[in-house]
Amino acid sequence: MPTDNNQPVRNVIIVGSGPAGYTAAIYSGRAQLEPLVFEGTQFGGALMTTTDVENYPGFKDGIMGPDVMEQMRSQAERFGAELRAEDVEKIELEGPVKYVTANGVRYGAKSIILAMGAAARYLGVPGEERLLGHGVSACATCDGFFFRDQDIAVVGGGDSAMEEATFLTRFARSVTIIHRRQEFRASRIMLERARANEKIRWQLDSEVLEVLGENSVTGVRIRNTVNGEESELPVTGVFMAIGHDPRSDLVKGQVELDEDGYVLTRPHSTYTNVDGVFASGDLVDRTYRQAVTAAGSGCSASIDAERWLAEHEEAASAHVSAELVGGGYAPTQN
Amino acid sequence: MAGNTVTVTDASFAEDVLGSDKLVLVDFWATWCGPCRMVAPVLEEIADEHADKITIAKLDVDANPTVARDYQVLSIPTLILFKGGEPVKQIVGAKPKAALLHDLADYLG
Repeated sequence: MPTDNNQPVRNVIIVGSGPAGYTAAIYSGRAQLEPLVFEGTQFGGALMTTTDVENYPGFKDGIMGPDVMEQMRSQAERFGAELRAEDVEKIELEGPVKYVTANGVRYGAKSIILAMGAAARYLGVPGEERLLGHGVSACATCDGFFFRDQDIAVVGGGDSAMEEATFLTRFARSVTIIHRRQEFRASRIMLERARANEKIRWQLDSEVLEVLGENSVTGVRIRNTVNGEESELPVTGVFMAIGHDPRSDLVKGQVELDEDGYVLTRPHSTYTNVDGVFASGDLVDRTYRQAVTAAGSGCSASIDAERWLAEHEEAASAHVSAELVGGGYAPTQN
Repeated sequence: MAGNTVTVTDASFAEDVLGSDKLVLVDFWATWCGPCRMVAPVLEEIADEHADKITIAKLDVDANPTVARDYQVLSIPTLILFKGGEPVKQIVGAKPKAALLHDLADYLG
């Protein structure tokens, strides 16, 4: 059982360490809220596995993903955020004090900002998990290096698939993009860049049935989604770029989620349906999913939490353990 | 910060890792690998806290491709634990400290 380590009740706990989490930490740190941030051991979020970020404002020549995240992290620390590189095991959102448990210790706070982001999706086909780290990868920037002069594949049809494929041509002899349809979700600029790259091949209307190989990847078995024909593509590496799922497991059943697991927030705010609980970043955003939009919503969450705390300060101190009267702040169902 | 781990190379691997009397956990990493940066401070902590039982060695795969190839490292970070010159355990990907300690428990206990 989690032990209550005599931790004081905080103003705000932030769960997550991508652009949303760190921006919330910067703002709430500057607002003297002394935020406690659970970064998880995978700190930095999705940008940690990207190379050049070309579209983050303020860096006209681009900046490396891990570099911008380390800057955000230091900036949050500078304003007094307490950062903990621990994975959260449990979140309890009922009652006036919310609890977050990490490493067996239970921490309480008046408000919580959820910013857990989204996790890379895997195909779930035979061979994939077994060969993870042995030719199956979800991090092109980490593992591309090992596939110099080899034939490899990228699965997916979005921006991240185009970006990874283009990046991987620095190393590989050929990169085949395997995609289920003819149409792409990728933006025009990313798609055009990939199309102009002569090392990139296209295997469209195709889905992966199995990743092949004993000790390392030797190929993938694919099926044509139009005529059902099966074939094998000999590759030594398979990079997954088929999208992300929101990391909302810890709050499932506690806050309202949509059918895909994204946390629902009241329009034009970061308020969830639970009083004192705010959500931001890729955890709520199925539309934009950019570093800059995540940072923006982390800022909004901090401001929402700060105002909410100010408005509830009296009530909270008057009824130490009594329930807050939060009727005026109940989010509308939408 | 980087005071608790040692650096090994293709040239020094045989002596510093394979020839070590102590357990050696080799961290295959590279500067351009974000998840490697995440796990680095955790490894420093483990190296500090378990200095009597284990040496943690960092091997930059970019500068030292031979060892990485010999041990078929295709993803980083990869951690390989060597005991008496033999690889006895392999951990792929950045993991939380608790999970790493759990994976190493049989050897650190």
